[in-house]
Amino acid sequence: CVTLLQIEFCIDLFLCFCFQAPAYHLILEGILILWIIRLLFSKTYKLQERSDLTLKEKEELIEEWQPEPLVPPVPKDHPALNYNIVSGPPTHIITVNGKECINFASFNFLGLLDNEKVKSAAQASLKKYGVGTCGPRGFYGTFDVHLELEERLAKFMRTEEAIIYSYGFATIASAIPAYSKRGDIVFVDEAACFAIQKGLQASRSNIKLFKHNDMADLERLLKEQETEDQKNPRKARVTRRFIVVEGLYMNTGDICPLPELIKLKYKYKVRIFLEESLSFGVLGEHGRGITEHFGINIDDIDLISANMENSLASIGGFCCGRSFIIDHQRLSGQGYCFSASLPPLLAAAAIEALNIMEDNPDIFQTLRAKCEHIHKALQGISGLKVVGESFSPALHLQLEESCGSRENDVKLLKRVVDYCMNSGVALTQACYLEKEEKCLPPPSIRVVITVEQTEQELDKAASLLKEAAQSVLN
Amino acid sequence: INHIVHNGGLYKRPFNEAFEETPMLVAVLTYVGYGVLTLFGYLRDFMRHWKIEKCQNATEREEQKDFVPLYQDFENFYNRNLYMRIRDSWNRPICSVPGAKVDMMERVSHDYNWTFTYTGRVIKDIINMGSYNYLGFAQNTGACQEAAAKVLSQYGAGVCSTRQEMGNLDKHEELEKLVARFLGVESAMAYGMGFATNSMNIPALVGKGCLILSDELNHASLVLGARLSGATIRIFKHNNMQSLEKLLKDAIVHGQPRTRRPWKKILILVEGIYSMEGSIVRLPEVIALKKKYKSYLYLDEAHSIGALGPSGRGVVEYFGLNPEDVDVMMGTFTKSFGAAGGYIGGKKELIDYLRTYSHSAVYATSMSPPVVEQIITSIKCIMGEDGTTIGEARVQQLAENTRYFRRRLKEMGFIIYGNEDSPVVPLMLYMPAKIGAFGREMLKRNIGVVVVGFPATPIIESRARFCLSAAHTKEMLDTALKEINEVGDLLQLKYSRRRLVPLLDRPFDETTYEETED
Repeated sequence: CVTLLQIEFCIDLFLCFCFQAPAYHLILEGILILWIIRLLFSKTYKLQERSDLTLKEKEELIEEWQPEPLVPPVPKDHPALNYNIVSGPPTHIITVNGKECINFASFNFLGLLDNEKVKSAAQASLKKYGVGTCGPRGFYGTFDVHLELEERLAKFMRTEEAIIYSYGFATIASAIPAYSKRGDIVFVDEAACFAIQKGLQASRSNIKLFKHNDMADLERLLKEQETEDQKNPRKARVTRRFIVVEGLYMNTGDICPLPELIKLKYKYKVRIFLEESLSFGVLGEHGRGITEHFGINIDDIDLISANMENSLASIGGFCCGRSFIIDHQRLSGQGYCFSASLPPLLAAAAIEALNIMEDNPDIFQTLRAKCEHIHKALQGISGLKVVGESFSPALHLQLEESCGSRENDVKLLKRVVDYCMNSGVALTQACYLEKEEKCLPPPSIRVVITVEQTEQELDKAASLLKEAAQSVLN
Repeated sequence: INHIVHNGGLYKRPFNEAFEETPMLVAVLTYVGYGVLTLFGYLRDFMRHWKIEKCQNATEREEQKDFVPLYQDFENFYNRNLYMRIRDSWNRPICSVPGAKVDMMERVSHDYNWTFTYTGRVIKDIINMGSYNYLGFAQNTGACQEAAAKVLSQYGAGVCSTRQEMGNLDKHEELEKLVARFLGVESAMAYGMGFATNSMNIPALVGKGCLILSDELNHASLVLGARLSGATIRIFKHNNMQSLEKLLKDAIVHGQPRTRRPWKKILILVEGIYSMEGSIVRLPEVIALKKKYKSYLYLDEAHSIGALGPSGRGVVEYFGLNPEDVDVMMGTFTKSFGAAGGYIGGKKELIDYLRTYSHSAVYATSMSPPVVEQIITSIKCIMGEDGTTIGEARVQQLAENTRYFRRRLKEMGFIIYGNEDSPVVPLMLYMPAKIGAFGREMLKRNIGVVVVGFPATPIIESRARFCLSAAHTKEMLDTALKEINEVGDLLQLKYSRRRLVPLLDRPFDETTYEETED
């Protein structure tokens, strides 16, 4: 009885409402109700299926489709296919393809590859831990050697924290995507190495290339970005910006103008990532890299990344900087979280190499003197020009005049290299992936200077190159 | 069209894989648990923002406070409020060889896991159920270690050059020939890092205009390699052959998305054993599909090489198939061989192409000589070429350990995912609090386990993952099982509704148990 009264009450209210509301209101409601009823009863349709192909036609398409072969055939005489075979350790005197030569091609700058102390530290580690770590850092792959190496590297570089990767290439290629995501902006030098390019590609950010070592060009790009920001300040407040440069460029042998970069950093509020693979253990009074070379406070650089495969003569890489920055990579660096950790014997070898670097700070001066020596000696070779700073231990020798096509240049340089190899000096051409590089450097011969090379050997190499250039290029 | 025959026609042995469904009550409670944690997370963030609670994160430099913030606050919400509470379950530092028993450095935290201090004490002889040591080659004594020591004193630790320049040692050539012989393929190439093998070679094989069909649960390295290549990626459901067939048909019939041009090539990316699920790929069906639709197969055997198959040659031998059917056989040396690095095996044209155009050969340093020697010695041991039967015995021991361990855990009533024969055993925990509790309780009882949660797994399916090893003896397994039983009762982890009647003293045979519904 009570519920009946309540229902009557509701219907009364509704009817009152209907009579009091204006006509257009009722018509609108009526149309809406009819539309809802129509939608509820109409059939749904999928956009993707195209039903205009019969089953037979589909079978025919599947039959007819021919894919490309998995890989295109590689011609047998392709220069990169036949590797030089090194028998024995790649140290100062190296046996390449059966011939003994002086090694001017391995990045063994401080000669630590066959250092007895380094080898015995690695042996001790091998006896204690075996070879592999059998797990990533998160799952029982963290050894006390790793923690010790990270502490030592952080102390050596005078930063708060360091993080180790098990592969040099993966270091910068995992570090950049950990911070820079889609929508962020990265200003990078044209001559950046391939690992940086892959890191940038994985990060999906906007890449802006500036001309090699050209601060005016970089400033122009930064100004352009500033005007863009003023159009859309809300977006600008969340877009991160980075500059990625190398301390000593692998592709051109010169250094970046770091003091100007620091000024630009504070003026336009951009963070700097510095890749120091070649300059770690080479530049600076104690080998701390380009920041020590220019006398800059290390906290001004947000992230320093380097690989341990050049001066430290081990395998792997590290990043160092403030804890605020480095700690993030422990959960978002792909090459750190999803990959097995560095074998302990290689970490022990790196620690011992660091010890040697700290105990003998005069080797850096010796290395630089040798670099100056050979830089002077290589001037004036007809047909070849020296590319690189006078104190850079990794130089390039490029053809003064190209003979038209890159292929022919490469062949010509190969003849020079073969001449030198036959006479006892091991050299190599700088190798690139021609189709994948953003700015392909011209073909060149790589000359690497180490502390173990004596003055006579340096002179011998220089005179041999002069001879080779004479006979091949003239 | 002749249908692909599932079970029976293509499989020469029973394929027993099970993923028991999450019980409804447990799922609801798990969501409630995460909800409570999220609420507390917001509360703590609020208190930290208004300086009621001390903020223990590292902060930006004073001079750079007006830069665009490097991290979004919300990105690290999970990190700050959930991960930080149970952070002591991961990154546990050890100080001995990662064999069946391991020594761990003790760490304590006085501020709820924000910082750790080392007490200096070493916890000895923890049973190691977390390291990927399937065949027990993580040793610091024995033939492998002696050979590696000799090579280390002769060659040194590093190489300092790339493969194409001056870094190609005679040891590398020896290794590659041996790997090719081991796998039964024409030729092989080795790289310094397993992750990099995938991320640097997939872009060399496929590019724009190609299609990649990748399993739902593929590893991060495969996903990164696929993304870097620039090809179109389509995902099929985990190990689901109907889903894969549908994608293949659609791809060939409809072509590229807007232009309708035919695809240049189609590459299927699968793994041998999926390390989070413990499942084995349905390789006979994948190969049948691949042949029917003329696509290429890339098989990542990171966990299955050495661990499956009567002589340890991997998942291809396990199913009795021909290695030439797999176009690209990739694997790593980290897990079963106790070293580091990866390899790719296949036809000679493929390997010649990779020698010329692989990113790793041109720009990355080659492998370290003692590591190479460890791999050479361990492969020879597995193949029996060093004159002993140690390798064969280990492969068999691993298979026995796997079957025994899985059977006992199922009898106890835990939910175990994956295939009967996979040495990776995920045990479901579900609730966030149990993740931390399981890890800590097992450590108290001297057993080291690996627990995984979001984002490596779906949010409600957190699990503990055991990795069995040929180095585990039956006593160690029994001790571990006893402790797992105890902890399972303590934390109420026995969710399974299907119980197996325990075998009485019959020999190991997976077909002779009865199944009853509880």
